Amino acid sequence: MQRIVLILSAVLFLFGLSGTLSEVEAQPEDVLQAPSSLEEIVQALATARRNEIPALVENIAELEDSRRRSFLESMLEGQIYFTRQEERVVKAVRIEEQFQISDSLTGEDLGLVGTRAVGRVSVNNSLRRNLRLLIAGIDLENEDPEIRLSAVEYLVSQAATESQEQLLQLKTVEIDNAVNQAIEEGLALVDLSSEDPSLRSAALDQLSGNLKNTIRNAIRQVAEGDPDPDVQAKAEDVLYSIQRDVELYGYVQTLFFGLSLGSVLLLAAIGLAITFGVMGVINLAHGELIMLGAYTTYVVQQTFPNSIDLSLLIAVPAAFIVSGLFGIAIERGIIRFLYGRPLETLLATFGISLILQQLVRTVFSPQNRPVSNPDWMSGQWQLNEVLAFNYNRLYILIFCIIVFALLSLLLKKTKLGIEVRAVAQNRAMAKAIGVRSNWVDALTFGLGSGLAGIAGVALSQLTNVGPNLGQAYIVDSFMVVVFGGVGNLWGTFYGSFILGIANKIMEPWAGAVIAKILILVFIILFIQKQPKGLFPQKGRGMEE
Amino acid sequence: MRSKSFIIETLQGDTGGRILIAILLCGCVVFPVFNLLVPQSSAFHISTYLVTLFGKYLCFALLALALDLAWGYCGILSLGHGAFFALGGYGMGMYLMRQIGDRGVYGDPLLPDFMVFLNWTELPWYWYGFNNFGFAMVMAMFVPGLLAFVFGWLAFRSRVTGVYLSIILQALTYALMLAFFRNEMGFGGNNGLTDFKDIIGFNLQTDETRAVLFVVTGLILILVYLFCRHIVKSKFGRVVVSIRDAESRMRFIGYKVENYKTSIFVLSALIAGIAGALYVPFVGIINPGEFEPLNSIEIVIWVAIGGRSTLYGAVLGAILVNYAKTRFTAVMPEVWLFALGGLFIFVTLFLPKGLVGFFSDLKEKMEKKA
Repeated sequence: MQRIVLILSAVLFLFGLSGTLSEVEAQPEDVLQAPSSLEEIVQALATARRNEIPALVENIAELEDSRRRSFLESMLEGQIYFTRQEERVVKAVRIEEQFQISDSLTGEDLGLVGTRAVGRVSVNNSLRRNLRLLIAGIDLENEDPEIRLSAVEYLVSQAATESQEQLLQLKTVEIDNAVNQAIEEGLALVDLSSEDPSLRSAALDQLSGNLKNTIRNAIRQVAEGDPDPDVQAKAEDVLYSIQRDVELYGYVQTLFFGLSLGSVLLLAAIGLAITFGVMGVINLAHGELIMLGAYTTYVVQQTFPNSIDLSLLIAVPAAFIVSGLFGIAIERGIIRFLYGRPLETLLATFGISLILQQLVRTVFSPQNRPVSNPDWMSGQWQLNEVLAFNYNRLYILIFCIIVFALLSLLLKKTKLGIEVRAVAQNRAMAKAIGVRSNWVDALTFGLGSGLAGIAGVALSQLTNVGPNLGQAYIVDSFMVVVFGGVGNLWGTFYGSFILGIANKIMEPWAGAVIAKILILVFIILFIQKQPKGLFPQKGRGMEE
Repeated sequence: MRSKSFIIETLQGDTGGRILIAILLCGCVVFPVFNLLVPQSSAFHISTYLVTLFGKYLCFALLALALDLAWGYCGILSLGHGAFFALGGYGMGMYLMRQIGDRGVYGDPLLPDFMVFLNWTELPWYWYGFNNFGFAMVMAMFVPGLLAFVFGWLAFRSRVTGVYLSIILQALTYALMLAFFRNEMGFGGNNGLTDFKDIIGFNLQTDETRAVLFVVTGLILILVYLFCRHIVKSKFGRVVVSIRDAESRMRFIGYKVENYKTSIFVLSALIAGIAGALYVPFVGIINPGEFEPLNSIEIVIWVAIGGRSTLYGAVLGAILVNYAKTRFTAVMPEVWLFALGGLFIFVTLFLPKGLVGFFSDLKEKMEKKA
């Protein structure tokens, strides 16, 4: 009893708005003696003065009543009102010009009333903070360990010292490891500001290597101004090693983003590496074939709106087929008349890209189309406090490597692959030994285009799907192929990852646009020195 | 009368060029006269809108001429001429911006509006001197020329040719576009430079100024045409054409191929810069959109449609395609990209020599029959 009175007066002192000190001290006695059931305290809210409300709220939290949590939550959201006539405490939700009111505890519907018929039980910022702490305190007793964990984390981050006792209490009964660990952290955090230097030192030992922001800040404070020089030196050491860890994980994160960008570049460029690299065809419509793949994903999701989770599995082959067929049509209809005239091919395929863009604008819309992420692609894999991998980027990275491996196998082992390489190396000789070079050309171009379609499916999970999707990637893809070396799949592989990582490393200090410009300038200079790219194709031809 | 004989000599055997210059000279007389002297009510009146529109076409024609010099005669398919054009345009834009003086929205006597808006306190060093018309015009040619020189010298020396060169030039244009979109560059960012008031003391909005601009552009186009024709007829021009057709052979004979290529590329960039500088007063704005890779490729299609390595074909193509574009985008805007795309494909497949080549082939056939 004594303790409650003490706490209450402290709280009242802290949160009282207009009450003078003498008034505040007079209050608790009345409050405590009067109501004891939830109904009574809640009812008291209707007539309570502003400075009495915090004490009543504390009282509610102290009760062993399962309804208290939802009541406090409604209060936190500012939904607790009282009716002016009956002075009854109700939950009210505003619907246009009226309030839909219901009993604050039972939830019984009390109908609609005008805005003037009710008054709000006032909740200010400090009370709101207190409400959150009280709710977290109630959650400490929840059966679900995850709820307990987040409650502990909330209490530790917001008011570690004030909730020391609650934490100690929970520690005696807690069985979940994660929750126990969080409690230990919280207690160590409290010890960090204790009077006893040995306690502070022990807390530092316990917290060393912890990456949480709040803890890092607390240690930094100790390191900056602890009265005991030994503790201060220790804190400095601990802080240094934590910061080193954070930095290291930061590099890992950057590396991951770089790899992710690299995988996107590789997906976008790999089709080009086939059509440009192996066949020597400049296909400026490549970006639009990527765009078609992304739109295929959109169509698939529209057709099966109930199975978004599976949509990508259908979209990948569908996009491969759609873009591949478009590719074969382009090759048979236009490009085959232009072999050996690369500059003309460039112009004609640019025309195709314009037509495809406008086609998409006409058929769908000039606006971006919404493509949703399946559940298993959203969210992130939180490794620790400072390191997290987005699932969509992670899966695309894996997907990209699978695609690359399959493509390499296809070119190495299958009959088609061998014929493709034969035609690429020496068309006349390949024809002479009976390779149907026309057929191979069409299929190779279809393969490259189909790969572009697959890239479109992946990109639809990362960026906006719109008519300009392809243009954003065409320059980059060509850069990758040219940088890696034409006619060499591994060149494209290394090229895209090198460029992706370099880009992400530069971004923090140069900004996204400057980083991109620097990369482009670097490639332009690189090509001057090494005109055939990273991995030049060896050959005898003096002049192509 | 040396100049007269020079012109006659230059145009010897160039029927198309002679016709072109005759038409241009007529235009330079007809447009201003029918715009300024014929009353608006008359059926023969040419509106200021049309004068501006055709003025714009003349600038594009100049740009196409520049590209034809590099592509048609030296085989350098440049996808960077849009950048040279835009850089020239920015040169003129900076001059016109400085001419606004304290008549801008913020009334700062020295800083253009957008700099005041960004809370800049002093003029960046690269804006110095642009209040002088002569200096600004020299820079409008010098900057594209320098860029072309540095790029060409690096690229041609290491024998980057053909498609590689085209793609790298496209990347260069793209990088420039990204850079100019940034506010920190000090060229007005996204919005570019606009709200111009006057040029060498004459109000840009008056009919008279526009007519004079039209005539000046027309005359410059004629002069540049003669200059280009002179170049391609000279020994230098013949070497350049041989390099286009058999680069290695020329190298083995002992010509410094990279020097020739760089020279022609720089010349071409200079002309593109002039075209950009002339273009800006007509449209009244220059923004980073001019750097878009699409623009550079469109220039190629003007030349391809007109007929490459004829010079007058490039002029014809630029005017025809742009006239079609104006028409299409006004009547059915959504069809324009279809039409342009189709044009690319049609010309490469069926008109490899462009309209000029098509008609000369036709003429030959007729003569054979006769």
